[in-house]
Amino acid sequence: MTAASPAPILQVENLQKYFPVQRGLLRRTVAQIQAVDGVSFTINPGETLCLVGESGCGKSTVGKLILRFIDPTGGRILLGGEDIAGLKPDQMRRHRRNAQMVFQDPYASLNPRLTAGTIIGEPLENFETLSASEREQRVAGVLEKVGLRGEAMRRYPFEFSGGQRQRLGIARALVVNPQLIIADEPVSALDVSVQAQVLNLLMDLQDEFKLAYLFVSHDLGVVEHIGHRVAVMYLGRIVELAPKEDLFEAALHPYSQALIDAAPLPDPRARRRRLLVEGDVPSPINPPSGCRFHTRCVFAIPRCMAEEPALRETVPGRFVACHLREPGDTAPLAIPAAKQSA
Amino acid sequence: MAVDAAPAPAAARGSLANFAWRHPTIVLGGTLLLLTTLIAIFAPWVASQDPRFMAPVNRLQAPSAAFWFGTDNLGRDIFARTVFGARISLVVGLSVAIISIVIGLAIGLAAGYYRKFDSVIMRVMDGMMAIPAILLAIALVSLNRASVGIVIVAIAIPEIPRVVRLVRSVVLTTREQPYVEAAIGGGSRDWKIIGRHLLPSTIAPLVVQATYITASAILTEAALSFLGVGVPPEIPTWGNMIASSRLFLARAPWTIFFPGACLALVILAVNLVGDGLRDRLDPRLRRRM
Repeated sequence: MTAASPAPILQVENLQKYFPVQRGLLRRTVAQIQAVDGVSFTINPGETLCLVGESGCGKSTVGKLILRFIDPTGGRILLGGEDIAGLKPDQMRRHRRNAQMVFQDPYASLNPRLTAGTIIGEPLENFETLSASEREQRVAGVLEKVGLRGEAMRRYPFEFSGGQRQRLGIARALVVNPQLIIADEPVSALDVSVQAQVLNLLMDLQDEFKLAYLFVSHDLGVVEHIGHRVAVMYLGRIVELAPKEDLFEAALHPYSQALIDAAPLPDPRARRRRLLVEGDVPSPINPPSGCRFHTRCVFAIPRCMAEEPALRETVPGRFVACHLREPGDTAPLAIPAAKQSA
Repeated sequence: MAVDAAPAPAAARGSLANFAWRHPTIVLGGTLLLLTTLIAIFAPWVASQDPRFMAPVNRLQAPSAAFWFGTDNLGRDIFARTVFGARISLVVGLSVAIISIVIGLAIGLAAGYYRKFDSVIMRVMDGMMAIPAILLAIALVSLNRASVGIVIVAIAIPEIPRVVRLVRSVVLTTREQPYVEAAIGGGSRDWKIIGRHLLPSTIAPLVVQATYITASAILTEAALSFLGVGVPPEIPTWGNMIASSRLFLARAPWTIFFPGACLALVILAVNLVGDGLRDRLDPRLRRRM
């Protein structure tokens, strides 16, 4: 999508995941949950693409699909140019080296029975033939890269704090030198003071190793700190994809606009015009017709109910899926007086 | 899962007295079991009499200095027979526990990890669970020559589904842990995921289950011997001692009391150890690390 860039690390095309809803004795499929429905994006080397959205919008599912923890219903996932969407588990194993994951929960994602050294050394065992001492050296090296001492490898996860545990998780992802790291809310379980340290660590590592990140988050403050480009998801679809600065300055899609307006400002006296969204997210089992956001959108016109808007480029690098947006648009929609709050 | 829930180092390295204070059931049951095991192993030295030596002159004698536990209707020394009977009970109990757990563990890991085999395996297990151990043993013993091995196999088979269910349930909950997903993401093969990440969490519940299987196997063996379809009748077991005593129950209650009391005591010991281990290994009560 970003035309000028070199070969992307990851290219996702029209990715779909429907979870069947099964009922009754014969487990008949009575409905489909459209968790991810037609998501496309690319990530370039050294770039951070943030995936944001409310709970249940499918952002974590996208991450799990790319690593094939779950099987996609449709679409293509090009990792380093090769389509991995249809690979069998054993074929997929060989590609795992290129894409690693940092998990949300720094407690549950580390096996409490194993030492840090065993946990971080496990991907190395799988991908490289090393002697035990060579492996230890590599583990010690990567531990130092994430800001822990090499001797930490002899200790068990419960001996570490939450932030240190997340560093272990990052070390495990980093040890096989991947090109892409998928980080699924990697700091949401951490204290705010520790969050910043871990985010800065991720950014430093990105600079050093030219890592590409797919950063899944619902915290816009975090996204603004770490992201290069941001994709906003709503009910399984990307509604807007834009460079971070552009999005935070002037969101084009009404949903992104509301999402950014909903983020708290650190200054308690700050007043601004905010776009409010009413109601709840509709069920992904029966998503609304046309534009999925039309049930909650203050700007909705009859066309929104009937016709699904495509993700179109308005200005180079900015994509939005909204009937009200025209090529060349760079400003948010004007909020009707009745729908704003101070 | 709090970080500060690290075990108190004093408890981990604590003295034997401290351990006994904290886990009286394990220590009491374990001591009884150890004693029984030693007696069984050194049976020929513990009992001066030959358990099969018949002296009709001495039949149905009450306990005395010469015959500590008295004699039975054929004049055999009940103390010697009880001591030798411990061998059968322990061998059967342990063998059944080991066999059913090894087989059940393998099947349970497969059913829990390879979901496509799950429903087939579990329906077969449901079928096996419906077989009463006693009936299966009677059938197997009547088809073959009575031997300790046949009895062990017959008792072990119906225990397998219980182990499979336990292991499967542990695997099903453990496999949903993010660290298992992390291992898959790290490129680990199935055997490593099963062996390193799933198997260890089954050990604690299996150890507890093993004690219950042992107790139930000892009881089932006694029941089979009582019915006369267990181990060959010339081998003294607590079960066949109780069986042959029932005709003289009123005249010579000691013939039934000593094997019965030993049986009850060993079962109690095994269950005490089992309960103690269950409490100790429960991760909610105490972190194992």
